[in-house]
Amino acid sequence: MWKTFKNGIFDENPTFVQLIGMCPTLAVTTALSNGIGMGLSATAVLVMSNIVISLLRRLIPSKVRIAAYVAIIATFVTMIDMLLQAYVPALSESLGIFIPLIVVNCIILARAEAFASKNGVVKSALDGLGMGLGFTIALSLISAVREILGNGTILGHSVGISTPAIVMILPPGGFLTLGLILGIINVIRAKKGGKKA
Amino acid sequence: MIAKLVAISLTAILAQNFVLVKFLGICPFLGVSKKVDTALGMGMAVTFVMTLASMMTYFCQNLILVPLGIEYMQTIAFIVIIAALVQFVEMFLQKYIPSLYSALGIYLPLITTNCAVLGVALLNIQEPTYGLIECLVNGFASGLGFLLAIVLFAGVRERLESSDIPESFRGFPIALVSASLLALAFMGFSNMQFGL
Repeated sequence: MWKTFKNGIFDENPTFVQLIGMCPTLAVTTALSNGIGMGLSATAVLVMSNIVISLLRRLIPSKVRIAAYVAIIATFVTMIDMLLQAYVPALSESLGIFIPLIVVNCIILARAEAFASKNGVVKSALDGLGMGLGFTIALSLISAVREILGNGTILGHSVGISTPAIVMILPPGGFLTLGLILGIINVIRAKKGGKKA
Repeated sequence: MIAKLVAISLTAILAQNFVLVKFLGICPFLGVSKKVDTALGMGMAVTFVMTLASMMTYFCQNLILVPLGIEYMQTIAFIVIIAALVQFVEMFLQKYIPSLYSALGIYLPLITTNCAVLGVALLNIQEPTYGLIECLVNGFASGLGFLLAIVLFAGVRERLESSDIPESFRGFPIALVSASLLALAFMGFSNMQFGL
């Protein structure tokens, strides 16, 4: 059980190891609050869709399974979208179109297909939670780096950088931060003698 | 009218490039950009699907969702339309252009989960002044923007193959750093105003 949960955070981290779900990873990580907000929203959708798909896995005919998964995921995304608009309008505003786009986040469909359709409810929920948290941690790391370097703040508090490099919160900074973090992870792995990402 | 359409096109292709500025469609951008010819095929397939999707979702929004007052069903309705469209394109390619079909392989069904397609549909309906023609042009031009970005990037990656890169940066890390430089180049267009 613990292994299923841990898998998504370390060994198969969706962002740093599997390199899926890249659009929100790069687009919303301009501030730490956005990164955490997107990570947790995706986690909520992931856990709920994994539970429902796992419950229905014997009922859904395999030929239409992808369409069925997408419909289930879209339902939960619509719910999250409405909840965010109602309770945290500022976050909803800054994440914008990327909230409805959680539907097409490959992490969610990939877990539905690879895990929830083959495993029991508890295991699927844990898998969703682990993958979701792995995604959230990755987004938080990237957005923290970008917010500190690009805006000189962390969660809105100044960190004492007088001339921040604005390019880091612009699109090129997103690609650059992720590229460098992946490179650094590879260096650490090589030192430990592990396999390359 | 013509001026507005030209402005929409230039904005979508250069100033607000879908991939490099808006961060939509990153998965195929990174996944299918190792060779220029597959990148070209993917770009054309996406452009085609985006144009058709813009039209279908426009009709869906204005003929079904708005009259019935169920705009909140947007996300679900649009994704179903896009999935059906992709299925159609896939069957078409399999029958008539099998070489392209086998080259695109696994990525063709993945256009369904390409956020650029759903993205353009959602962005279109957020523009109150867009009619059918504007939506079509915006979908087509955004697709061309994707095509331009992925082909340029594939060219860069082909050169990277033969370069001497530090061990730890081979593969994705260096590709992302290159993409960053490409995005930096496209930022040169970002402050251009096209007389909207």
